[in-house]
Amino acid sequence: MITPQIAVFLVLAAVVVAGALNLILQRHPIHSALSLIVVMVALAGLYLLQGAEFVAAVQIIVYAGAIMVLFIFVIMVLNAGAEECANVSRWARFVGVPLGVVFLVEVAYWIGRSTSGLAPGPSETVSTRDLSTLLFRDYVFPFELTSFLILIALLGAIVLARREESN
Amino acid sequence: MNEIAAQHPFLVVVLPKVVILLFLLLTSLAYLTWFERKVVAHIQSRWGPYRVGPHGLMQPLADGLKFLFKEDVTPAGSDKFTYFLAPFLALSLATTSIAVIPFGPKGLTIFGQPTPTGITNLNIGLLIIFAITSMAVYGVALAGWSSNSKYPLLGGLRSSAQMISYELALTMSVVGVILMAGTFNLSEIVTAQQGFMWGFVPRWNLIAAPMPQILGFLLFATAAVAETNRAPFDLAEAESELVAGFHTEYSSFKFAMFFMAEYSSMITVSCLATILFFGGWLSPFPQTPMFAWSHYIPTAAFAIAGLALIAHGVRYITIWGRMVLPVLGLVMVALGILFSRPGVIDLVQGPFWFLLKIAVFLFIYVWVRGTLPRFRYDQLMNFGWKVLLPFSILNVVITSLAIVWTHR
Repeated sequence: MITPQIAVFLVLAAVVVAGALNLILQRHPIHSALSLIVVMVALAGLYLLQGAEFVAAVQIIVYAGAIMVLFIFVIMVLNAGAEECANVSRWARFVGVPLGVVFLVEVAYWIGRSTSGLAPGPSETVSTRDLSTLLFRDYVFPFELTSFLILIALLGAIVLARREESN
Repeated sequence: MNEIAAQHPFLVVVLPKVVILLFLLLTSLAYLTWFERKVVAHIQSRWGPYRVGPHGLMQPLADGLKFLFKEDVTPAGSDKFTYFLAPFLALSLATTSIAVIPFGPKGLTIFGQPTPTGITNLNIGLLIIFAITSMAVYGVALAGWSSNSKYPLLGGLRSSAQMISYELALTMSVVGVILMAGTFNLSEIVTAQQGFMWGFVPRWNLIAAPMPQILGFLLFATAAVAETNRAPFDLAEAESELVAGFHTEYSSFKFAMFFMAEYSSMITVSCLATILFFGGWLSPFPQTPMFAWSHYIPTAAFAIAGLALIAHGVRYITIWGRMVLPVLGLVMVALGILFSRPGVIDLVQGPFWFLLKIAVFLFIYVWVRGTLPRFRYDQLMNFGWKVLLPFSILNVVITSLAIVWTHR
């Protein structure tokens, strides 16, 4: 029984997987970055399907709209060209590929096992009000701690990136 | 018909609305170019388009046909896929955001199906618009990069840096409004501005208690001009430095698509400014018996404009103009009379005020372009980060304090 929700999910999931594959298969950095944007937007669609409308909008605003713009900006500034395809080493071919397949099967198996007995999630959307009550009242300490961490990381990046002033 | 509508609400109700709105949007885009050329021309003591049709009214059509029949050049060494993708991305993103704009108060009823005025009414309408605006930079940046040419690349780089910087200020400047309305839903933001202070001053967010958003509005207007890449912030296509900036290598209809995208985002931003700060579709007059005459303002406006057009049209230079302009005037008078009919009068109030406010904003947009010189790039960046952003954060802090103070 394919309901519209499942149909939309299948389409979005296919777009995510295709975009992610395209991301690593493309030679040119800009094309890879574009595929990553497609993945981000399709993920936002998946969040929307789960009723998380705020998360979906923020996903697009922050990831697709701000972080990826920086990626594209950097690629444009560096004027990075298409990359050469490196020779695949023998180790990678005979050990890496089978190990990768085994890992994929294992992950698929455990995900399938752990979610097979789950009931469908709540169908109503989570309002932004509920979300902010959780973030800014119930979990305000972890939230502030996280932002503090990010601030420290930012300051560290600025200190590292700053040029030494010559006297 | 009603049964079919109930079974297939998407096909019968939503799809026609989309088609009609898209048609109206594209037509107004075309005539916005005419409007801009006329206004800028008069600012500079010129006449503007005058030859194609009376008062150049057919100029957009002529321009459109010209764009269609020009040779479509693809520069050598360009990245073909991205080169084609960029104009589509720019135009489709710019036109999409109009879908969440509410044009009137009550929902319409089409074939027994209630439906909002506008295409849809979302709980996160404002966020969706910001999400789409934040994606809009790709059209410009990719166009600049994929053209394989120096000037477009510089234009694309400038534009992506500029849009990231001003997006922050743009988003922060509306936080005050969101705090006052307590919702992201654009319809609810408008209805939260209903009512009047002292009986006659409308409680629009610009001047409403507890914290008038005048600072917020000024920041929003400035950041919005920068976000839409319009003068005086049009560094991405500064023609005195970069030939034509990011779209130097684009010709034919692909160039027209960038043009339409720019005008479309102008319309969206004007809609947003109206909704957030100027009460959206709300009339500036109280809805009391004493101000019942204000319902006839649409009628009066159309009738006076129509009569003036007739009086002017019969004395126009060309015969063609003497035929067309009075007919246009008659249509406007007829519309004005239609707007005073009992069933219609309530329906047109919301859209009339909304479109009037948008028109004022579009005029200001063009006015600013015709008046102010372009910024230098370092001035632009300094202004964005050192003036707009701190002041928008200040606005958020002051507004939150005022709201907490009044709710105590």
